[in-house]
Amino acid sequence: MSELVLSLDHVYSGYSDGPLGRRQRQEVLHDVTFDVRHGEILGLVGESGTGKSTLARTILGMVKPDRGTVTHYTKRPQMIFQDPYSSLNPFYSVEWTLEEPLRVYGKYDKAERKRRVREMLERVELPAECLTAKPSELSGGQRQRVSIAAALIRRPRFLIADEPVSALDVTIQAQILDLLRSLRRELDLSYLFISHDLNVVYQLCDRVLVMKSGRIVEQGTVDEIFDRPKEEYTKQLLAAAE
Amino acid sequence: MKRRNGFLIAGLVLTCALAALILLGFFWTPYDPNAMAAGPKFDGPSLAHWMGTDNFGRDIFSRVLKGAGATASIALATLAIGAVCGCLVGALTGYFGGPVDEVLMRLNDALTAFPSILLALVVISLLEPGRKINVIIALGLVFIPSFARVTRTAFASLRDVNYIKSARLMGASSARLLAVHMLPNTLPVLLPALTIGFNNAVLAEASMSFLGIGVTPPDASLGYMLSEAQGMLFAAPWYAGGTGLVIVLMVFSVGLLGEGLRRRDKGVL
Repeated sequence: MSELVLSLDHVYSGYSDGPLGRRQRQEVLHDVTFDVRHGEILGLVGESGTGKSTLARTILGMVKPDRGTVTHYTKRPQMIFQDPYSSLNPFYSVEWTLEEPLRVYGKYDKAERKRRVREMLERVELPAECLTAKPSELSGGQRQRVSIAAALIRRPRFLIADEPVSALDVTIQAQILDLLRSLRRELDLSYLFISHDLNVVYQLCDRVLVMKSGRIVEQGTVDEIFDRPKEEYTKQLLAAAE
Repeated sequence: MKRRNGFLIAGLVLTCALAALILLGFFWTPYDPNAMAAGPKFDGPSLAHWMGTDNFGRDIFSRVLKGAGATASIALATLAIGAVCGCLVGALTGYFGGPVDEVLMRLNDALTAFPSILLALVVISLLEPGRKINVIIALGLVFIPSFARVTRTAFASLRDVNYIKSARLMGASSARLLAVHMLPNTLPVLLPALTIGFNNAVLAEASMSFLGIGVTPPDASLGYMLSEAQGMLFAAPWYAGGTGLVIVLMVFSVGLLGEGLRRRDKGVL
């Protein structure tokens, strides 16, 4: 049994909605239990609106679970978002954006920060010219590379990727998936990879969680889920993706 | 292909020219603005006296330069108070939401419900009329709500944007998020609001001084001079004309600048 990076134990979570005074709690997640193991890419699939993003927000502490526990075994998990156009601050250059997590951390001097920024830029295979560019001057794929670099610059061990390639076209998708795969090796990362695209999940992930209406209905290795699905819902999802 | 932003260029040129003239007025004027009999009384505009002279034979152009300086500095100080406090309120309410938001914004609504000049009159009579600093404080207070409202919307719309979420995730403090990550992205709404605010402040100061509760002699502001000019509208129409012209020019050029900024950030030229 390999070591864990994250475990959720019977988590119920949701969000509050409505005007002050008449706030209503919308419960989205019901009894969610799973682990993320060291070094694996765990896929999370399900239709839109089943609570995949709420799950991500709960894991990261943006939403407090109503019941159950979320246990992190690594420090500072990071997240990359679907829309590469809103995930970078449009006012600042790429260099500023990459340096900011290190500035906030406050332990490195300027030279060390610059060195780390350049090193990370190489890792995500972006040319040095990108440093001075504003996000508006970059393509979608380049932006997503910058987002990945910004998320990884403080060397987290666990990364949540919320539909990181669904806004990109197919060739760029493949490149970003390759990058995520090689970064996992080089930086010893584990991922929770959220996607509604089963093909992408099949290519990238080791294990898969299938979610329906806020519940995990089935989990298993990619081969188990894709070749021998047990649940009716999983079969439907697979049939729809054919 | 980028089209030229005519509003922005014209606004910049006019505003800079006017600002240079006003700055010059602080150090040098053609005549001493308060010197009696710098020329004949009620002399019409001429090469020696560009805007003519008043009932004491004072050079109106020199007085307008000084007065514009007073008006502009009061307007800027007012704007500084209004914008800084307003931004602070807007940032806190927009970002945090919840009860803080409800309470502060209802208070804001209450302030907005008063006609602004009336509110300024009340504040200034509670303080002490006729002192520059009190005019600034009163007008500054009056200007807070509009800035609070504008910036609140901007901050609230940024709160759930992904790059702000990322910044929060990597451990940036709320103060850093608001000041460094969000504030620059509110500039597209803040800058035009500042220019509109400046114009309103110029007009508000002029109205207050015109009513005699703003700047008082020996200081001169454009509003005070306009009220002086009113008494000699027929004897020296150039007095009111010259003073009014400068007010209009100030408001017009800064207005152009604001419109230019707004168009640049909207991308509509």
